[in-house]
Amino acid sequence: MAADGIFDEMYGLDGAIRSSYDKIASWLDATPDAAFATKRAQADLLFQRIGITFAVYGSAAGTERLIPFDIIPRILAANEWNLLERGLFQRVRALQMFLGDIYHGQEIIRAGIVPASHILRNDLYRPEMKDVDVPGGVYVHIAGIDVIRVKEGEFHVLEDNLRTPSGVSYMLENRAVMMRLFPHLFSENRIAPVDHYPSELLRQLRSVAPQTARHNPTVAVLTPGPYNSAYFEHAFLADEMGVELVEGQDLFVRDDAVWMRTTHGPRRVDVIYRRLDDDCIDPLAFNPDCLLGVPGLLSVYRNGGVTLANAIGTGIADDKSTYPYVPDIIRFYLGEEPILKNVHTFRCNRPDDRAYVLDHIGELVVKETQGSGGYGMLIGPKATKEEHDKFRRLITDDPDGYIAQPTLALSTCPTFVEEGVAPRHVDLRPFVLTGRDGMALVPGGLTRVALGKGSLVVNSSQGGGTKDTWVLEG
Amino acid sequence: MLSRTAEQLYWTGRYVERAENMARILDVSQRLSVQGRKRSSEANEWVAVLDILCAESLYAETHGEVTEDGVIAFLTLDRSNPSSIYSCLHTARENARALRSNISSEMWESMNTTWLAIRELTDSQLQAQGLREFFDWVKVRSHLFRGVSYTTTLHDDGFAFIRLGTFLERADNTARLLDSKFHILADSGTDPAANYYEWGAVLRAVGAFRAYHQLYHDVITPLRVAELLVLHPQMPRSLRFCFDHVSELLGGLSAGRRLECERMAGEFCARLQYGQIEKIHTKGLHDFLMEVLDHVADLSQQISHDFMMTV
Repeated sequence: MAADGIFDEMYGLDGAIRSSYDKIASWLDATPDAAFATKRAQADLLFQRIGITFAVYGSAAGTERLIPFDIIPRILAANEWNLLERGLFQRVRALQMFLGDIYHGQEIIRAGIVPASHILRNDLYRPEMKDVDVPGGVYVHIAGIDVIRVKEGEFHVLEDNLRTPSGVSYMLENRAVMMRLFPHLFSENRIAPVDHYPSELLRQLRSVAPQTARHNPTVAVLTPGPYNSAYFEHAFLADEMGVELVEGQDLFVRDDAVWMRTTHGPRRVDVIYRRLDDDCIDPLAFNPDCLLGVPGLLSVYRNGGVTLANAIGTGIADDKSTYPYVPDIIRFYLGEEPILKNVHTFRCNRPDDRAYVLDHIGELVVKETQGSGGYGMLIGPKATKEEHDKFRRLITDDPDGYIAQPTLALSTCPTFVEEGVAPRHVDLRPFVLTGRDGMALVPGGLTRVALGKGSLVVNSSQGGGTKDTWVLEG
Repeated sequence: MLSRTAEQLYWTGRYVERAENMARILDVSQRLSVQGRKRSSEANEWVAVLDILCAESLYAETHGEVTEDGVIAFLTLDRSNPSSIYSCLHTARENARALRSNISSEMWESMNTTWLAIRELTDSQLQAQGLREFFDWVKVRSHLFRGVSYTTTLHDDGFAFIRLGTFLERADNTARLLDSKFHILADSGTDPAANYYEWGAVLRAVGAFRAYHQLYHDVITPLRVAELLVLHPQMPRSLRFCFDHVSELLGGLSAGRRLECERMAGEFCARLQYGQIEKIHTKGLHDFLMEVLDHVADLSQQISHDFMMTV
């Protein structure tokens, strides 16, 4: 049963089983907990053997652990998915236009929608990208938009991830494991397939190759290396797309082009799906201490000799301090009302908002504008008085550095935990792909689940788990 | 393919083979030591094992006096020894993890499963399980890796680099094993019973006991063992067999580029092809085997130069 006032994916608000969950509900009824426990142990073994692991920052080098996988799926009906798809396309389209604009004419600043200081003084704004034309005008080829459900037919956007969003490999592997463990569920329910994501990704990446390589572009995935927390995913995607997985040391710049070192000599690379931050991508242009990138890459990129996905400088559009402007960004470029709302956000650099936040810190979630992965975050109702005071000081000292939001009403979903099947909070990260000829969205996404009772932190780095996400066919 | 990938595949092949060889070396030494013919302390099997591997000083630093238990611990589960079975399987698995987009998922899973099994193993569990059981397990995991590679991945350049690593490592090991046994078994002379047990143990360790009898239909003599392990073209652990494969693999990989490594391998292959064991023996088997080791090292360096430092 759902907690008061919280929407449950299976029981809604009133406790009646929602129609998309009919078959799962009877499956849950008919299956004893012991059988679930066996299946979950099997799932763990599968993940361990396949080696789908996640390196955890701060633990000993090379430590890998499994992200807990929950065997009860999260289900979205066809009409819910249609709504999400329209909303996500709208939002990503507007954010692409925003990036194109702030790196060219900056009309949105002249129109007074977003203050110049907000953009130009932000570290995530890359002046190097000013007046650079990217192929097809696409900045964000892969977007992971974190969405939460608040009630029937209403989803809010929690966060835009427009740099190097991860998690899509879990969407695919979770599905593969579910199909292996519970084949009958897939014949009883009409579930939209997600397996074509890598081929769709490759199609979009090829579409944005430089003009000179339009016919047969060479695509590569650039990874920071095996010790990166998402290395499994980098290798997985390269493998599924059938392209090389390269590290910075495998690439070099010569004659205004990027080349890979191969056993048959140099080979030109046209499109790089990079899973390396802007800061690390070129030590000559950005952080000189980070040696994971390719010296000289930026200059080739600016001259159109290679395409980077995502583009350099997209961080300015997913920064938490930009987030509150997104609804206005949508209205400005598209002349439409946002289909997916933002979560109400207090900006600590506005005196009224700040006063409210300092007064109500115990009820709010405070986030660093540039933090990610659930680090640098205060959950008011769960924190101690000392932590409240600490964040009050932090906010007063650096009002630009923080935003606050009401404690979120993340929906819950039945989850198999120690005490049996119980509701746990979930969010959803669908992955929106954009290429030269348009956008694509694979029907599914990564559902993250906070496994602790009442917990709202779904980040895998903080002990969150994942679920298979089903979109039912209409 | 990427030069780094080629290098990692090559070393993955070498490390899996090295783990297997380590198990074989220990297996033969243990068989010899339980047969219990008294030997001088310099000709002790366990000193000889360390000598084969050029690991005397590393052993002395961490274990002190040479004992059977010490050497076995050092070469099986010792984390500080980069050539222990544990370390070889760990390195191979870490390589494979970095290579995941270049090897089949079944190859990865077989290596990862091997690693997960040895990761938690302690010396006392190893003793309880039995050494022979453990050596057999290591060999089976190595066979599995080769079989899975053979049947689940494209037989392309990447596969060729793995095989290249396998055969070079095996040639290196056969030369070392043979040299060491000729050294410590020199005093067995022509005593047929001693030869049967001692050289028989060597043959068993490299899986050639039956092959020997099929080919020679006669008592075991050291020179015939050498012939089988150096010159026989159908004996999978012989130097000739290994170099035939290395030469063929390099021919394919160089794809008409006339690389130096291909020439070097071909030249050595011809020597083995036309070599005679009596002549090699007269000129000195030890010197010949040392030359083989140098050749393997030079060839490995040339391969790295020709494929991995192309830019």
